[in-house]
Amino acid sequence: MTDLKEFRSQTRDWLEENCPAEMRVAMVREKDACWGGKNWVFQSEAQKTWLELMAAKGWTAPSWPKQYGGGDLSRAEAKVLGQEMERINARPPLHSFGIWMLGPALLKFGSEEQKLKYLPEICRGEIRWCQGYSEPNAGSDLAALATKAEDKGDHFLVNGQKIWTSYADQADWIFCLVRTDASGKKQEGVSFLLFDMQTPGVSTKPIKLISGNSPFCETFFVDVKVPKENLVGELNKGWTITKYLLTHEREMIGDQTKTKSLSQEIADMGITVGPVLQAKICEFEIDDWAFDQTMNRMLAEAKAGASLGAKSSMLKYYGTELNKRRYELLMDASGHDGLQWEGANSNDGELARLWLRTKGNSIEGGTSEIMLNIIAKHILQMPGA
Amino acid sequence: MALVLNDDEKMLHESAAGFFADNAPVSALRALRDTRDETGFSPKLWQDMTDMGFAGILVPEEQGGVDMGYMAAGLVAEQMGRNLTASAFLSTSVLAVAALKNHGSDAQKSEFLTKISAGDITVALAIDEGRKHNPAEISLSATASGNGFKLSGSKTMVIDGHIADHIIVAAKTDVGPSLFLLPADSEGVTRTRVIMLDSRNSAHIEFDNVEVTGAQMIGPLGGGEDVLSDVLNAGRAVLAAEMLGAASQVFELTTDYLKERKQFGRIIGEFQALQHRAAHLYCELEIARSSVYAALTALDIGANDASDCVAKAKAKLGCVARLVAVEAVQLHGGMGMTDELDIGLYLKRIRAAQELFGDSDFHMQTLMTEQG
Repeated sequence: MTDLKEFRSQTRDWLEENCPAEMRVAMVREKDACWGGKNWVFQSEAQKTWLELMAAKGWTAPSWPKQYGGGDLSRAEAKVLGQEMERINARPPLHSFGIWMLGPALLKFGSEEQKLKYLPEICRGEIRWCQGYSEPNAGSDLAALATKAEDKGDHFLVNGQKIWTSYADQADWIFCLVRTDASGKKQEGVSFLLFDMQTPGVSTKPIKLISGNSPFCETFFVDVKVPKENLVGELNKGWTITKYLLTHEREMIGDQTKTKSLSQEIADMGITVGPVLQAKICEFEIDDWAFDQTMNRMLAEAKAGASLGAKSSMLKYYGTELNKRRYELLMDASGHDGLQWEGANSNDGELARLWLRTKGNSIEGGTSEIMLNIIAKHILQMPGA
Repeated sequence: MALVLNDDEKMLHESAAGFFADNAPVSALRALRDTRDETGFSPKLWQDMTDMGFAGILVPEEQGGVDMGYMAAGLVAEQMGRNLTASAFLSTSVLAVAALKNHGSDAQKSEFLTKISAGDITVALAIDEGRKHNPAEISLSATASGNGFKLSGSKTMVIDGHIADHIIVAAKTDVGPSLFLLPADSEGVTRTRVIMLDSRNSAHIEFDNVEVTGAQMIGPLGGGEDVLSDVLNAGRAVLAAEMLGAASQVFELTTDYLKERKQFGRIIGEFQALQHRAAHLYCELEIARSSVYAALTALDIGANDASDCVAKAKAKLGCVARLVAVEAVQLHGGMGMTDELDIGLYLKRIRAAQELFGDSDFHMQTLMTEQG
């Protein structure tokens, strides 16, 4: 424990010394979140410096092994780092699907060559990844995916379409689920491929959402040639990787850390609410608190060696439904002000757009209904589920 | 926060689970109910619980207890909730001990805590006076008289009050509320047994100029608010743990039923409409469990926000246990309405526990008032 104390004080000193002042204020605009990659235009010198300094420490991926660009921190140390960053309100140096999603898959299923090739540049923020999972006819029924990869000797030939590919139009590479065998059970013919979005035959088209923003794309593949060595894990065994990644993703979606309580947030907006709404907010805050305690409990259980497994579906279901409730209440509290869509007053309808965005929380990464199916089948052991 | 059980707590959990399933299953409650048992719980069971160390689970070792803390008391209560075990645990081992161990005089501690951990006495707490829990409004009065006070007024919903050897009563004095500990057979005390819907007993108690001395007071004169706060926090958190146990058990009975009942030629658990309801209840129960553990832990470590944590946990369990119990009846269909199945017994116990020491509305009101 004294080691942890020392780590905390060293970390605190380092952050104080190295985190630029501009990186210690809340992110307001979309571009304030640094995603890195070849197409990224840094918003300021500070944003660039902050990423470089943190990457050099291995702290863009604090718990990954050093040889892959990580920080080699224990879970407890990584938590301390998070706390110390929060203490000075430091922005995350890098937002990255490479770190959040692909990395964990490569660490578990990738070859040593793949790890050494991809992970360090992910940590340095030099490459931006997108995730090619869903298809127009494979949403909740993800295993029904039809994008085909044919074995052409030295390469795969990929044809098909993905949808809901987050930031595909800005990504450098894609990790993609493809069908390599259509003869057996649908889960058994899926493979996990990595390829360059600049490869001839790849094109993207942003989808405009109800929030007015376009974070997602349709992605098309026409005769895309992918080298054989870009296959992760075994041929036709990609479903195992997928399940692992989805579980990981669900834990993360469920765990959206908030720094402020809802009533505090509403008070800070200068809003006084009536007694009925106040009661609903109070009810929400009780659930929100109990959910935080549950996240802590699950973390503690995982630390004690228990595997979270299907419980991640519980966290995803409950966490996303809570977040939707939170924004409904914020809209209720904001009244007419919450209806503003344009103008500096509302920061171009920031609240309204966030409220609309949250509606997708219980759809993306597995719908609430799918989460309930998983709980019924794997935890409650219901028949026929 | 310690939200996972340590080795001692795991052992306690195991032994409590075995003990209550063997010695105080639901059939024992049925027997008490059907024979209209005078005591409302089994004195033999209470003795066995004492031998297990449960009676003195919160009592310091110097008074013969095992002093394991609130998390431990909650784990015992959870198993009692699962088995619908009737006993003097809540009134005597939780409420009375919480009052005495932090606020009692040395003489009170050495006499009463020692007797409680030895299983020699039971103690009931008399706070409520009206339809709803409202500890801030006490009208039973303690009027100065000679060396002591005279108590006048009435109390209701005194759990185990009809058979307890001693009563802790909350009274109003000129300088604020105070608590007094007196023998239940004191002159001027009239107790009326009330059999409740959950087959347990409470009492309505009249105090007609009951004389008590200053030495019978718990804590300083007019200092009852602090004592009550400790007592009620302990009672609410442990009761929430009992509700968690009851709700978990009735949920498991329900999922078992969904896996065996057939209609339309299929096991009804195959229907997604029912699967989703069950899965939702599972999630709510997991969230509720965390709230209970967090509240018990907050009490054990003396957290600054312990009262808030307890209020949140009791509010959460009030909602979740109710939801689970009501859904359990519905998912059992007609069978859920029969006395033959235990489902209704859980519904009734949860209803009583929900109301006791403040329902969800009460605790939400408290939290909102604090926020201003």
